[in-house]
Amino acid sequence: MKRNVNIKSMKYEDFNDNEYIENMLRELRENGTNVIVGCLDEVIEWGRSNSLWPLTFATSCCGIEFMAIGAARYDFARFGFEVARSSPRQADFIMVAGTITHKMAPVLKRLYDQMADPKYVVATGGCAISGGPFKKSYHVVDGVDKIIPVDVYIPGCPPRPEAMLYGLMQLQRKVKAERFLGGLNKGISEKEYERQMRADTNTAEDYKEYDESGLA
Amino acid sequence: MDNKIDIKARIAAIDPAAVWSDAGDGMFRIPVSSFRETAEMLRKEAGFDFLRSLTGMDWGEEGLGCVYHLENTSTGGTITVSTADKDRENAALPSVQDLWKGANFNEREAYDFFGIKFIGHPDLRRLFLRDDWKGHPLRKDYDMALNPLNMKNEVSDDDAPSYEMTPDGSYILKRHPLFEEEEYVINIGPQHPATHGVLRFQVSLEGETIKKIDAHCGYIHRGIEKLCESSTYPQTLGFTDRLDYLGAMQNRHALCMCIEKAMGLEVSERIQYIRTIMDELQRIDSHLLFTSCLAQDMGALEVFFLGFRDREKVLDILEETTGGRLIQTYNTIGGVQADIHPDFVRKVKEFISYMRPKLKEYHEIFTGNVIARERLIGTGKLSREDAISFGATGGTGRASGWACDVRKRHPYAMYGKVDFEEIVLGNGDCFDRYMVRMKEIEQSMNIIAQLIDNIPEGEYQMKVKPLIKLPEGSWYSAVEGSRGEFGVFIESRGDRYPYRVKFRSTGLPLVSCVDTIARNVKIADLIAIGGTLDYVIPDIDR
Repeated sequence: MKRNVNIKSMKYEDFNDNEYIENMLRELRENGTNVIVGCLDEVIEWGRSNSLWPLTFATSCCGIEFMAIGAARYDFARFGFEVARSSPRQADFIMVAGTITHKMAPVLKRLYDQMADPKYVVATGGCAISGGPFKKSYHVVDGVDKIIPVDVYIPGCPPRPEAMLYGLMQLQRKVKAERFLGGLNKGISEKEYERQMRADTNTAEDYKEYDESGLA
Repeated sequence: MDNKIDIKARIAAIDPAAVWSDAGDGMFRIPVSSFRETAEMLRKEAGFDFLRSLTGMDWGEEGLGCVYHLENTSTGGTITVSTADKDRENAALPSVQDLWKGANFNEREAYDFFGIKFIGHPDLRRLFLRDDWKGHPLRKDYDMALNPLNMKNEVSDDDAPSYEMTPDGSYILKRHPLFEEEEYVINIGPQHPATHGVLRFQVSLEGETIKKIDAHCGYIHRGIEKLCESSTYPQTLGFTDRLDYLGAMQNRHALCMCIEKAMGLEVSERIQYIRTIMDELQRIDSHLLFTSCLAQDMGALEVFFLGFRDREKVLDILEETTGGRLIQTYNTIGGVQADIHPDFVRKVKEFISYMRPKLKEYHEIFTGNVIARERLIGTGKLSREDAISFGATGGTGRASGWACDVRKRHPYAMYGKVDFEEIVLGNGDCFDRYMVRMKEIEQSMNIIAQLIDNIPEGEYQMKVKPLIKLPEGSWYSAVEGSRGEFGVFIESRGDRYPYRVKFRSTGLPLVSCVDTIARNVKIADLIAIGGTLDYVIPDIDR
């Protein structure tokens, strides 16, 4: 099965970190796939990578640059990102644009949990990557990868729109290097994945307090 | 000055123990016992009807207290008073939220950060931090280890505590339900495309009509004020750009001005010119974004594209000189980071001649549109008295007929010398708030046009020692940000680090008056109200 990660908008050799993507492909090849399923995969991933829908989610400065790439000059509609969804249930990836604070962290986790699989996370800007200039603060999460798994990091404060587009193209390539049918490339067993999905942020104790007697 | 002496005498008449301290801008220290009486006198007799800023303070040995910056909107006189309670464990001050409505949220903030109990405040919940947060982070003795990251979903309290005075001088804790059992309450935010960031409203509805709104802030509270206390003065500058990122230039201008005032440093005229032009470019940028977002929230997507098309042209000019698009980090203490680009003057002139006719396009597409007019005219009225009482400055205040422009009230930089009109409209509805901004874009271009050809020669950075120490005292400086008065209050103990920095948020008063504006309007209009109030959440939460 020969899979490629070429995308139409940018040449393969213009990307900086091809090694990482190559590793993903090699892993895919080593695991082996059925010819029919593999071909289907390729078609599906082609479609998926060209219609990634973001969740409109922004907490601070990076959100304005996110709006800028939605406008005419940078226009991420050229690459299939333009359908920004306000509901996490309809979104493919969440662009964490801005600082995540302690109060926001459970909300972000819940938004992520509400998204349908396959889902991706792009950490945009210094704050989302590591806490940025507010790292020492009493109320800032130093890196969203502490609470949700991150697929692409886009550094900057805020990143230029070009950098954001580059990061989103990396996400497209990553999607292209994935397997769609027969389990996702999550790096964990299916059982473990099921368990994680069932474990919501609501703990069992919350349900104990819930009083049903008042309900008709 | 006469006014001040008169006030001095009147304050001394109420309590002879009140002292005037001269350090910095100077302020009155009033004992807690007579503070309420003094505040009433200042509000009702001396006419100080605008609470510019309320700052919670931890003075260590002297206890916990507050600094109140007041202004008389008819005479323009200002006064600073402070009060402190020595008992650190149970610090209690009388509430002034019935005198100035804007004090309501500010006192909740001071309670949140310092644990000061405001006696008589009807709703003393935390404003920014979670209800189950331990301790009060801006106290000097706060321990960072108390609050590790808590991933449990937050449970909001259903009732609000209040402390009330009993006849024997002690106070008791009472709790009031926020919403009644039979009320229908829906939740908007923190993740909602029309709240302009992570703000959360709990809205009580009767049919489609809003009965009450409870605003929850703090989802992007980064503790910038606390971070400033451990940063040297040049280091604090970086944070201001990230408060209100659509007023990055102006915010930083305010902080630089405040530090320069404390150092006694006069900057050259060239710097004043550059700063003024940059501030106005930033204002145009912000107002264009305001129009784009308002139109987008209301479903007119084309205006969004127009706004961003023109905004990019401003950003290009800013980027060429400063190197940054959104966050420029341009102003420095005693100057600016780099001299203006050789093409700057030409490009700014080109932009102005390009932008003037383009404004007609917005008016044709959006201002004259039937749907936009139906939704904006007459909805969400804010009266002039309420605007002053809440301290809702900027376009919101001016749409309500309050001439609150800092550029006119306390001219700074070149604003005293240029000729421009302060846009003041009278209806206080959504449409006027929108029109104020549109007209201000023209005024900003007028200001730039007057300055751009005459930028004097000179240095762009004054000679400043690498190690900056401010003398003891406290200072307050304000600029007209893109959405209101942005103030900086610094208290110094003579160190390389500020003892306390407070940023007067432009957005906090705007959010505090949402409940007043939106009562008895339809829920769909809340989007238009939020859009025209034009708050930026990271600026509110700091």
